[in-house]
Amino acid sequence: MTVKNTIQEKLTAAFAPAFLEVIDESDQHRGHGGWQEGGQTHFRVKITAAAFAGQSRVAIHRLINQTLAAELKGGVHALAIEAKAT
Amino acid sequence: MSIQDQIKSEITSQDIVLFMKGTPQFPMCGFSGQVVQILDYVGVPYKGINVLDNQDIREGIKDYANWPTIPQLYIKGEFVGGCDIVREMFQSGELHTYLSEQGIEVKTPAKP
Repeated sequence: MTVKNTIQEKLTAAFAPAFLEVIDESDQHRGHGGWQEGGQTHFRVKITAAAFAGQSRVAIHRLINQTLAAELKGGVHALAIEAKAT
Repeated sequence: MSIQDQIKSEITSQDIVLFMKGTPQFPMCGFSGQVVQILDYVGVPYKGINVLDNQDIREGIKDYANWPTIPQLYIKGEFVGGCDIVREMFQSGELHTYLSEQGIEVKTPAKP
């Protein structure tokens, strides 16, 4: 399973998002810090979920980061987040 | 002084403190560079702390804010966000409002 799939599954399980797109942007960061051969290091997450309603941006990002803590500690070097409440 | 105390004293040493990779003159990461560009555009003074110079601060700052990534922006000792949040706040005009509320003068007015 790719890292992208893992991220998708974990976010889906945690937040039941109305919209979710996980984009592997590793190729755009080729040769930059944290990048490694094979990619799967830099991701962008676009997510809309009712679970985020009433929460601050920092709180929402923390929820997402905690859900993906294992990935962030592992090979994922960067995670851009565009989150919205439904 | 513990690393957490050191971080706290850095954060409170100036109104705006940015923990980043590289320096404001030479950012070493695109995400840090974006926050530098925003702060420079807004025209506020800030202190950039290069986490690449100090491994203890690089790891310690993640625990301090319960935030796993760099950059991290602090205003008046409060954690405001990372690159995505700062950019969203800038684009919506919230960053200007927030700075004004904190009594920090901005040079460039918010975009209409």
